Amino acid sequence: MKCTVCRGEAVIDLRRHNANFCREHFLRFCRDQVAKAIAEHRMFGPDDRVLVAVSGGKDSLALWDLLVELGYRAEGLYIDLGIGSYSEASTATSVAFAESRGLTLHRVDLREEHGYDIPTAAAVTRRVPCSSCGLSKRHLFDEVARTGGFDVVATGHNLDDEAAVLLGNVLHWQTEYLGRQAPVLEERDGFPKKVKPLVRLSERETAAYCVLRGIDYIVEECPMAAGNRHLRYKEALNALEAASPGTKHAFYFEFLDKAADRFRPEARASQEELRPCTSCGAPTTAEVCAFCRLVERVRGAEPVPVEVLGSKGRRRRRRNGAARDGAAAEAGATAAAAGERVRP
Amino acid sequence: MRVVLRNPRRELEVAGPISVTKLLRQLDLNRESVLVVRGDTLVAGDAVLSDDDTVEIRPVISGGAS
Repeated sequence: MKCTVCRGEAVIDLRRHNANFCREHFLRFCRDQVAKAIAEHRMFGPDDRVLVAVSGGKDSLALWDLLVELGYRAEGLYIDLGIGSYSEASTATSVAFAESRGLTLHRVDLREEHGYDIPTAAAVTRRVPCSSCGLSKRHLFDEVARTGGFDVVATGHNLDDEAAVLLGNVLHWQTEYLGRQAPVLEERDGFPKKVKPLVRLSERETAAYCVLRGIDYIVEECPMAAGNRHLRYKEALNALEAASPGTKHAFYFEFLDKAADRFRPEARASQEELRPCTSCGAPTTAEVCAFCRLVERVRGAEPVPVEVLGSKGRRRRRRNGAARDGAAAEAGATAAAAGERVRP
Repeated sequence: MRVVLRNPRRELEVAGPISVTKLLRQLDLNRESVLVVRGDTLVAGDAVLSDDDTVEIRPVISGGAS
């Protein structure tokens, strides 16, 4: 198989683009796709300070690497979620990436700084872990962006993430969420601007970028996320993609072009007035924000090892059937995946 | 050839020569959901793998939140 650009030996075939690339031209393709997304959606400019949400996974490390390659002023923020050996490996990988490139990585340790971890929060609140995880991450990204003087928060959501969230929102006709789904969430009343520069790349492409750039990332899946509905949507979309390359791209980008605006009024109408949290000052619709209420509830609880929670979760899923996971928790997972905010 | 699978990590022996596309079909894997890694690079769908190759089939689907 030959590279479409230079006729050298190809290392990857992208059926949705009807193209094959050698290493050099695939890396250039990725940079071009990200540059195009940033420009088309007016995400940020060369003078803006960008805070990259870093997890140690392929998407966030590829994103950080690509932004630096494109010349942007990008610093990372890593949140230690306290998910056993998974978090230990994620921390080590994120720190090693930043150190090897001389980049600035800000770190927040949930257990040390806020007195809880995600397995314990999930056990105390009796909700799926993605709920407290998404809430914690969104709050802390916002807070660090605000206090650190960053212009924008960039997350590693890729085309597969966005198409899967869109599918979930369509299947359940979540019109309010459909009205908010976009590659850019503008700054509003104390919430920083949030952008998704990888929306033009599939996750197969971000993983390939990491392999070909020699980026060591965490291949293992978060033990708390196994079996969630979002993953099943991705599998369904990939089955369609295999039969008809380009389906995911058309589904998401045609939605943005032809349908998203129809849902904007509903999303705007549902926006409630924001005021500062009386505890931490973050914008919220309640007197005390959801993050502070979570911390108050779970801080000081006996730590729950991830293995215990994992086995309980598996038993519960077997008993109830995965399709009947709590609707509120599912909304949290969906919002986390979309980078959207769940307001109290 | 030796085929390394992830999540959970396990190994298989598969007879070569065989193309990447055929190998994935034989293992009932969707090529949109995986990469085939040999050493520090990738192998494209029509590449033929030989008996003495070692390849990793790496899943690319992740939970979503970054």
